[in-house]
Amino acid sequence: MTIGLGHYLTVAAILFTIGIFGIFLNRKNVIIILMSIELILLAVNVNLVAFSAFLGDLVGQIYALLVLTVAAAEAAIGLAILVAYYRNRGSIAVEDINLMKG
Amino acid sequence: MIFPALFFYLFSGVCIAAAVMVIAARNPVHSVLFLILAFVNAAALFILLGAEFLAMILIIVYVGAVLVLFLFVVMMLDVDFAQLRQGFIQYLPIGAFLGAILLIELVLVLVSWTIGPDVQRTIATPIPPIASTVNAEALGHVLYTRYVYFFQAAGVVLLVAMIGAIVLTLRHKPHVKRQNIAEQVARTKATAIDLVKVRPGQGL
Repeated sequence: MTIGLGHYLTVAAILFTIGIFGIFLNRKNVIIILMSIELILLAVNVNLVAFSAFLGDLVGQIYALLVLTVAAAEAAIGLAILVAYYRNRGSIAVEDINLMKG
Repeated sequence: MIFPALFFYLFSGVCIAAAVMVIAARNPVHSVLFLILAFVNAAALFILLGAEFLAMILIIVYVGAVLVLFLFVVMMLDVDFAQLRQGFIQYLPIGAFLGAILLIELVLVLVSWTIGPDVQRTIATPIPPIASTVNAEALGHVLYTRYVYFFQAAGVVLLVAMIGAIVLTLRHKPHVKRQNIAEQVARTKATAIDLVKVRPGQGL
């Protein structure tokens, strides 16, 4: 049996769903929410690389590289905000983050 | 031809299992470690797809830098994570409901699409054969020529993220002595030396 594009897309879809599920499941823990976002971006990257490999076009891998860059920047900024918030408030529970009453 | 399929199922199975453990683990440190496992297996999937450079970048940059940063932050914050897990069961039904809807939608997309007939003619940068050009070289040929502005923009994004992270987390403690270079440079002979004439027998 050969592994086709559909197999990789299925893996990416399952990873994406696990990421969304994780955001709902761990609604109080910002760190797990950030990790779920990383999972979602990984699923997107798997999609891009799979399409790139099966269509024979290199641009998908370039795009995956850019997605990786943005994900790294997002993780760095998110964790920095988390550390700064923890220093000021002593808690990172999501329901305590309501200073703006949004 | 059995081995690629075997390795695909091995890597994707471990990747998905690790992803489930990321969101289900009791301890956030375990979550980060399972996330590392998921990313390493995703890198193996990339190698199966022939994208070796991205696989190495995923391991070196992502596992080596970003996830270790996660690990540092999780261990640095002294938080009662058991308290943060309250409501896990409470959110389970709605989370499962929305996740199931999303998965069904994605499956519907997966089974109903076809690649358009003229896609093969519109490919801008075909992957060269691996015998003549390795993946990293082919990627470099495209990235540094046609997509050089995107490359520069990615660099700017990383620079802004670095400066932002430093600005957010840098703090000066008030009781710690710090060097003030402007003050040191601005010293003159008049402000630095104070001549005191002490008369004999009187002291200061």
